[in-house]
Amino acid sequence: MLLVGDKPCFEQSFEITGGDFINAGEVSSKIKKILQEMGVANRIIRRAAIVTYEAEMNVVWYARKGVLTLCVTPELLHIKVKDEGEGIADIELALQEGYSTAPPEIRELGFGAGMGLPNIKKNADEFKISSVVGQGTELDIIIRR
Amino acid sequence: MKLEEVKEILNAQVIVAPEDMQMEIKMACGCDLMSDVLAFTKEESLLLTGLTNLQVVRTAEIANIKALVFVRGKEPDRETIALAMEKKIPVLLTDLPMYEACGRLYRRGLPGCSEAEEGSGAAGGR
Repeated sequence: MLLVGDKPCFEQSFEITGGDFINAGEVSSKIKKILQEMGVANRIIRRAAIVTYEAEMNVVWYARKGVLTLCVTPELLHIKVKDEGEGIADIELALQEGYSTAPPEIRELGFGAGMGLPNIKKNADEFKISSVVGQGTELDIIIRR
Repeated sequence: MKLEEVKEILNAQVIVAPEDMQMEIKMACGCDLMSDVLAFTKEESLLLTGLTNLQVVRTAEIANIKALVFVRGKEPDRETIALAMEKKIPVLLTDLPMYEACGRLYRRGLPGCSEAEEGSGAAGGR
């Protein structure tokens, strides 16, 4: 795991199941609680929760499965999301607000408006994305406390 | 504005009751796009929406939405109500359409998210 000099004081991984619309969001809910218990400031928790929620929804919709790893140090939160799924053909396009490949059923849930990755990027201090079509996508996010 | 006043102004029904109907509502947002709720609302907003699925409650939890108002008389299903109860997010239901529900609250002085100050930012929250 990429870390900026300091050792983690907390690290936990969470599995996300593709296609599980009922529990979609539960991982982010758990992470929010963990961060609250750790006494992380509310504005940081909100940013982290938005990042993990959008990322979690992307895995549920577009991947077979994924793992979200949260690592907390006194200075920062490091969130890594790796999925096995269809991947993203044009990352630059996917990062544009309003661009979406979402089918109607995702739009009916109130998502798929092309705001997911832009929302993640907006709430991150550092944001990296890599993807291989047909294999999966990896996100690497740092939020400074 | 108190949640009790919101209820009266919108002739709303309380579906999931809060601990205290006197809870203070400082701002509101009317939106059916959950990603936009995540992108543009501030903490402790009231959210008026025409969507009544589980994701609305999840989004409200993530974005620290203080209470939900379902507009156009759309009743949520049992799972959505159960999740809102579990997450302790109050839910009101009004027959008014979105524009009129928002307009009535705005006319009575409840500001939008872009006009109001961010919530307290203190530790804790939900």
